[in-house]
Amino acid sequence: MNQALQFPALQALYPEILLVVGAMALLMLGVFRGDRSTGAVNGFAVLLLVAAGILVCLQDGTASAFHGSFVSDPFARFLKVVALIGSAVTIVLATEFLSAPHRQRYEFAILIMLATAGMMVLISATDLIALYLGLELMSLSLYVIAALDRDSLRSTEAGLKYFVLGALSSGMLLYGSSLVYGFTGTVEFAGIAKAAQNGGLGLTFGLVFLFAGLCFKVSAVPFHMWTPDVYEGAPTPVTAFFASAPKVAAMSVFVRASMTAFPGIAEQWQQIIVFVSIASMVLGGFAGIGQTNIKRLMAYSSIGNMGYALIGLAAGSPDGVQSVLIYVSLYVAMTLGMFACIIAMRRADGPVEKIADLAGLARTKPAMAFFLAMLLFSLAGVPPLAGFFGKFYVFLAAMKAGLYTLAILGVLASVVAAYYYLAIVKIMYFDEPATPFEPMRGELKTVLAVSGLFVLLFFVYPAPLVEAAAAAAKSLF
Amino acid sequence: MTIGLGHYLSVAAILFTLGIFGIFLNRKNVIVILMSIELILLAVNINMVAFSTHLGDLVGQVFALLILTVAAAEAAIGLAILVVFFRNRGSIAVEDVNLMKG
Repeated sequence: MNQALQFPALQALYPEILLVVGAMALLMLGVFRGDRSTGAVNGFAVLLLVAAGILVCLQDGTASAFHGSFVSDPFARFLKVVALIGSAVTIVLATEFLSAPHRQRYEFAILIMLATAGMMVLISATDLIALYLGLELMSLSLYVIAALDRDSLRSTEAGLKYFVLGALSSGMLLYGSSLVYGFTGTVEFAGIAKAAQNGGLGLTFGLVFLFAGLCFKVSAVPFHMWTPDVYEGAPTPVTAFFASAPKVAAMSVFVRASMTAFPGIAEQWQQIIVFVSIASMVLGGFAGIGQTNIKRLMAYSSIGNMGYALIGLAAGSPDGVQSVLIYVSLYVAMTLGMFACIIAMRRADGPVEKIADLAGLARTKPAMAFFLAMLLFSLAGVPPLAGFFGKFYVFLAAMKAGLYTLAILGVLASVVAAYYYLAIVKIMYFDEPATPFEPMRGELKTVLAVSGLFVLLFFVYPAPLVEAAAAAAKSLF
Repeated sequence: MTIGLGHYLSVAAILFTLGIFGIFLNRKNVIVILMSIELILLAVNINMVAFSTHLGDLVGQVFALLILTVAAAEAAIGLAILVVFFRNRGSIAVEDVNLMKG
């Protein structure tokens, strides 16, 4: 009786509470002050995201809330910090986009904060209900952000496509959840793991539907078809967001669900993940070749990169999980730098997004060309840049788990993908210069420089990231 | 004949399949797609409630209530996006959602 009156222990979710309450407060500010408050809302949003990150770092050990459906462990904290960095940097990258008079929308930062709160719930979810609610909070915010530029046909079309296919994938995920619940009798990951020891046809069906929904969220082949259109149509800062933080959150829930809910039937989901991973890497490698739009190219690049991250999951070992964590953190760092460059691709008459517009960049803007080239080399996996280490750890984990075919196909696919990354470097350094871009804004320069230097110098001192990822991976086993 | 768990699951599976086909085979109107999405979510709810009664466990019904709530929010957002799209395009026919090829 008394227990019901007690205030529940919510320490584990202080960062999420801060974000949600902060988003509500900023919404009030925006509603009362109108679009003039966009700058202030953006500033406060970045501060709140940083504060939430600090709160996440201050937690330690393993704490849970809501009868164990929400957990804060080293795994969750590692990924939450990566997701928060992605979200905060996106708001910084969007400053210029939002400063145009007809685009002053304070809603952008608030929606990013709500999406981030959803991601954090998703990362911490340890039962199917929390998983679904976190996923929907994230996705519903993302649908709206995709259609943010509401006077642009391309942006609204991207929003509509994302919504329809996203809702379909949520439906599949839910159908899978209902089957898993029905055949195991519980929605908690730990309980499912106990009940799933013997497998069974119904459970396998549920697992397939659940994984289909999750594959959609990480944009893995065969559920990738929305990615190029949405990336191309959405405003560039929004694309930067789609390519970074939500991918981290979706990948984390993929890993947590596979490792903690279905360890007993690992050989069944391993086959699915191996297939999805190979298909994503190959499609990401070949389909990127013919692209002329750099945002579309980044879409295929992200499909391929998620394929590599899934290799680590297919390994199904602590090493594998560690490699996934390293891979997604490095991927976020590279992606944010890439998008700082893409946002900086603007001439006097507006932004451009053709790869050909980068021609001769090395002569008109040598610093930008240098950092962009480093990021592209890193995405292609050229040593000693950061991207090489990401790929190295996933391939190593796959080899240790005996998945030789997967590792070899991964290496081959990365050679194919290297072609289109290096083609951009060739265009920047050896083609005749096109009309130069407008000067790059300060915040874009900072993001690009930080990302470029991180990628360049990661090999000097990789230990903090690698060790944090190892500690995080250990907490799942 | 007694109606058991299998019957409920069959109805839900049929509704779910209809919803999926409604999304992919429909060439006319985006509203039909929204209706198909609702159909999918309701099929899941039938599943949840049937399993919940079968297992004698309330969690499934709690889940179903949460799904209903989220489905309402999802429909609201879908219609809002559809309205802004209609303002720009002047049509909500599925074949007109074609600016980007993919």
